Order: sequence, then C-alpha cells, then structure tokens
Amino acid sequence: MNTDLSGRVALVTGASRGIGFAIARRLLEAGATVVLNARQIDASIVDQLAGPAPDRVFVQAGDMSDPEDARQLVRAVFARHKRLDALINNAGIMRAAMIGMISDEDMRATLDLNLAGPIHLIQAAARLMARSGGSIVNVASVVGMEGAAGQLVYAASKAGVIGATRAAAKELAPKGVRVNAVAPGYIETDMTARLGDEVKAQSLKAIGLGRAGTPEDVADAVLFLCSDMSRYITGQVLRVDGGMVI
Amino acid sequence: MTLEEKVFAAFKDAFDLEDGIDRASLVYREFPEWNSIGHMTLVAALETQFDAMLEANEILAMSSFDKAVEIMAKYDEH
Repeated sequence: MNTDLSGRVALVTGASRGIGFAIARRLLEAGATVVLNARQIDASIVDQLAGPAPDRVFVQAGDMSDPEDARQLVRAVFARHKRLDALINNAGIMRAAMIGMISDEDMRATLDLNLAGPIHLIQAAARLMARSGGSIVNVASVVGMEGAAGQLVYAASKAGVIGATRAAAKELAPKGVRVNAVAPGYIETDMTARLGDEVKAQSLKAIGLGRAGTPEDVADAVLFLCSDMSRYITGQVLRVDGGMVI
Repeated sequence: MTLEEKVFAAFKDAFDLEDGIDRASLVYREFPEWNSIGHMTLVAALETQFDAMLEANEILAMSSFDKAVEIMAKYDEH
C-alpha cells in the first residue's frame, strides 16, 4: 500500500479539532507538509500535531465562509509553498432545527460555510493544483445523501457539496485534479455530542458495525483519497458510516 | 525575455500558436481557441510563466493580448 505523501503540500480547513484535526495528523504521518486552517487557530496546535516534524506544519487562520478569506488562504499557500497537492474541505457547522424553527441567520451561516466555502476554495485552488495534478476531498455527510429530520439546512448544504464534487470532478479531470467526497455517518465529535443522548442511542442502533465512528475512521478514508492508491478514482462519494441505515 | 515576450510565450503554450500570428487578433471570445475553457488554460499558463497567482478581477478583465500584457506587468520581476 502506498500512501506516502512526502514532498506534497496539503491544506485542511476546519483543522483545529475533530475530523479535521485527525485528517491533518494522518496526512502529516504520511509525510505531507500540512497547512492547517480554522477560524480561530493558534500555534499551540503545531505542538499537538508536529511531533518530530514541526517544519511540516503551518497555521493560517481564516473564516472560510468569507470568500476573500478563502482566496487569501490559497494565496498564502502559494506564497509559501508554490504548490498545492491536496485540498481537504472539512470546515463546517451543523445547527439542528425543525423546519419551522430555522432562522435566516442559521440558514445563511450554514450555507455560506458548508457549501459556498468549499466552492470558493476549489475555485481558488484549482489553477494552482492543475500545475502538477492533485486531489480535492470534500467532507460531506450521509445526511446529505439520505436526509434527516431536524437537519434540513445541513442536509441541503451537504447535498450541495456532493453536487459540487461531481461537477468539479468532471471539469478538473483533464487537468489531473481528482475530486471526491467522503460522507461520514455518526462520528463522535464535539459536533455530534451536541445532538444529545437520545439521538446518539438511535444512531448507534442504526449502525451495522455496532459502534460510532471516530475521526480517525474518516481520516483514513481521506488519506486514501489523497494518495496515489486512489489515482483512478474521481467524482465519487465514499460513505464512512459503518453500514449506517438512516 | 521582455514582458511582452513572456506573455506571448504563455499564449503560445495555451493556444499552440505560431510565432508570426497577429497579436491584435488575440481577443477573448473572438479568437477561436480563446473561449471560457481556453481562458482558464491561458490563466494557468500565465501563472506558471510568471510564478504568480492572479486575482479574480484580473482574470475577468483579461480580454485581449494587450490587456494581458498590462495586467501581467505587476508580476514581472525582470
């Protein structure tokens, strides 16, 4: 199995915790230079992640719901590294609410970060990645494929991410840039902890493998999609859900 | 290599041009190969030639060879 990413540069959004943090760690372990982004992120994360390779970890704060921040992030990667081999669009929020209780502000914030953010980053990164080929991995959700009560806006944003993945894959394939998505199921993170014990119990009953997923389960799938192991795979959505039935 | 020569080198690379082509004919949506897809190929070639990343407004404004020369002047270090 060849998942060696030595000499490659990866950008991970939403990297300060949860799935994004686990993805950054996996990519570092695989030898990549990793640029970590989050709205609020400080250099202490380098100590948590870098281990023997502090020279391969870089931090760039920015709000990916802001188009100018997204463009500035890619410009910063270009200025420092002159290349980008892997973009992982992970930053996202979930504000659960039943249909009648969805506020305009929650809708705007969710769509701006979860859907418009990845599109802006793909737009900015595509030309840089086209120079030497690369891999874009969007973090979607099984909720974006199946829907879930109380998650209309989140589901719509993640369904949009899947559509953007497939469209970008078609447009960027001639440039040697692969675009795929992972669709996590119930993963134990701060985000799902807020859903409460009842939702957790229901979710666990629906998972074939009988346990909640971990951020590392998702990170391993992302590593696969970033590596040459998946060199002939593009435009796909890989469920990482333990056989979950919604 | 002058600024204009560097820009033309990118155009040659993007559109597979002959050296003697009339550069005034290189106009977006008028020159056959310079369509919306060709535009992104041209931008990538210019960014590689000048080792730069263009701004979105510059990409949208690049409508002719002369305009490209004008825009790329700020990225020309030599």
